[in-house]
Amino acid sequence: MYDTIIIGAGMSGLAAGIRLAHFDQKVCILERHSAIGGLNSFYRQGGRNYDVGLHAITNFTPKGTRRGPLARLLRQLRFAWDELSLAPQLGSEVAFPGVRLKFSNDFELFESEVERHFPRQSDNLRRLVAKLVDYEQLGQGDTEPSARQVIGDLIDDPLLVEMILCPLLFYSGAREHDMNFDQFSMMFRSIFLEGLARPFSGVRLILKKMLRRFKELGGELRLRTGVERIHVKAGAVEKVVLEDGSELAARHVLSSAGWPETMRMCDDARLLDDEPSSGRLSFTESISVLDAQPQALGHDRTIVFFNDSEDFRYRKPEELADVRSGVVCSPNNFLYDEPFDGESLDGKPLDGKPLDGKLLDEGIIRITTLANYDRWAALDEESYRLAKLRWYDRVVDSAVRFVPDFRSTVIETDMFTPTTIRRYTGHHNGAVYGSAKKRYDGKTHLENLYICGTDQGLVGIIGSIVSGIGIANKYLLKG
Amino acid sequence: MKAAKIKEAIIDILSDIAPDEELGELKEDVAFAEQLELDSMDFLDIVMELRKRYRIQIPEEDYTELASMSSTVKYLEPLMQDIAKA
Repeated sequence: MYDTIIIGAGMSGLAAGIRLAHFDQKVCILERHSAIGGLNSFYRQGGRNYDVGLHAITNFTPKGTRRGPLARLLRQLRFAWDELSLAPQLGSEVAFPGVRLKFSNDFELFESEVERHFPRQSDNLRRLVAKLVDYEQLGQGDTEPSARQVIGDLIDDPLLVEMILCPLLFYSGAREHDMNFDQFSMMFRSIFLEGLARPFSGVRLILKKMLRRFKELGGELRLRTGVERIHVKAGAVEKVVLEDGSELAARHVLSSAGWPETMRMCDDARLLDDEPSSGRLSFTESISVLDAQPQALGHDRTIVFFNDSEDFRYRKPEELADVRSGVVCSPNNFLYDEPFDGESLDGKPLDGKPLDGKLLDEGIIRITTLANYDRWAALDEESYRLAKLRWYDRVVDSAVRFVPDFRSTVIETDMFTPTTIRRYTGHHNGAVYGSAKKRYDGKTHLENLYICGTDQGLVGIIGSIVSGIGIANKYLLKG
Repeated sequence: MKAAKIKEAIIDILSDIAPDEELGELKEDVAFAEQLELDSMDFLDIVMELRKRYRIQIPEEDYTELASMSSTVKYLEPLMQDIAKA
């Protein structure tokens, strides 16, 4: 019997696994996919490595910082700051018609940009920051108070409100149009007050280090091992039944598969009135590999959040995708010190060749747009293939109004859609940020089943790790 | 384990939990929270490391006894009488 079974080998599952294994629990992580990472995963295609999911980690603070989520998770997982090889962003911007607000890991830049473009709002911005800077905990309610309402009370230029919300919604919004003020506080801090960074070899470096640590601590990982159902008896999980029919027993189960996804696994499937439905918001991501460095084309922005009108519509689109807005990320545009960080992915010494040779030689531009899962899912195979080609063109067409036109340098493209996300992560509707309603306390109707990850309330790479650690600490390590 | 060894054991744990902290200058009678940048999760780790390394169980209501080095050592002395330092 295991002390804890963890469903899902994504960021939150691995983080929880490390905590539990470190304190001598017998832990097994079950992952249905053939690779770890979940919503923040990686894959290899045509000889290239690609990241799935978020473009950068948020909450970046420099080495030696004691406070904040990054420092906290490093302490909790017993990692040194250097081990994640984080390179800070060069600088990003929010681009709306007629106004571009730059921001970087130094908040003063954003402040001076607001001063330049919205001089009457400078003091209001200061007041907004003062209001949110002490928010540490997630609240209990899902909708109260509304971020739009609170911000709107302080900042009286609607365009600035939209421009501030745009990146935060794109990087965390499970709900259409708005978020609650707690989430806003966290995300504002994550993106504007702290900052963005990326390991040179991408998300996979973080995942591989976490997996290695988990295994060193005696943790067990089973890939290609999906859970068929969670067998319930007397208000508790009695055993976990795998897709191959075998059964595993554990004292506790921690699921990072998502709230509705987990509830559907339980075989006491009673219809809960307050059962939150799966999230509505998903995305497409169009990846272009260039035979030039983006900077050579005049593009030095790390991330560009664009919108082609004064109103930012963060909603499930009617069509396959909504190209009026989007996020353009260039993984090249981070401050990488060295071509490589001296360590290969499997612990073997490098032979002098850069690991991510393709990344050095080539430029990458990734463009994210809102997408409609149902429309993509309804396409037959041929139509799906054609739709990806057509919509890649439309996405890039829209984006090059805001970034230099890179199309003549493109040598390879890839695109993933909401159905890709669904297929590889199991999350319903390809909802990257999970359900609109979160389970902040991580508890379920069963006394030994808990949830962590995106549906517990924290999103993104840092958020998920903090979630896994938090829930493991709260329920599985005490007593 | 005597008081001096207990103190060493606590320093070991703290250096594991908070590697960036200057533990050489730690004042015995001042609360950890006032000298170190530790949050509630870190404090919980002190308790859990004690359990992991020395098999001592500390009930939640006693966590406040671990406020400073001197109060921690005082609290742990009877519990760690028969234990050797890890």
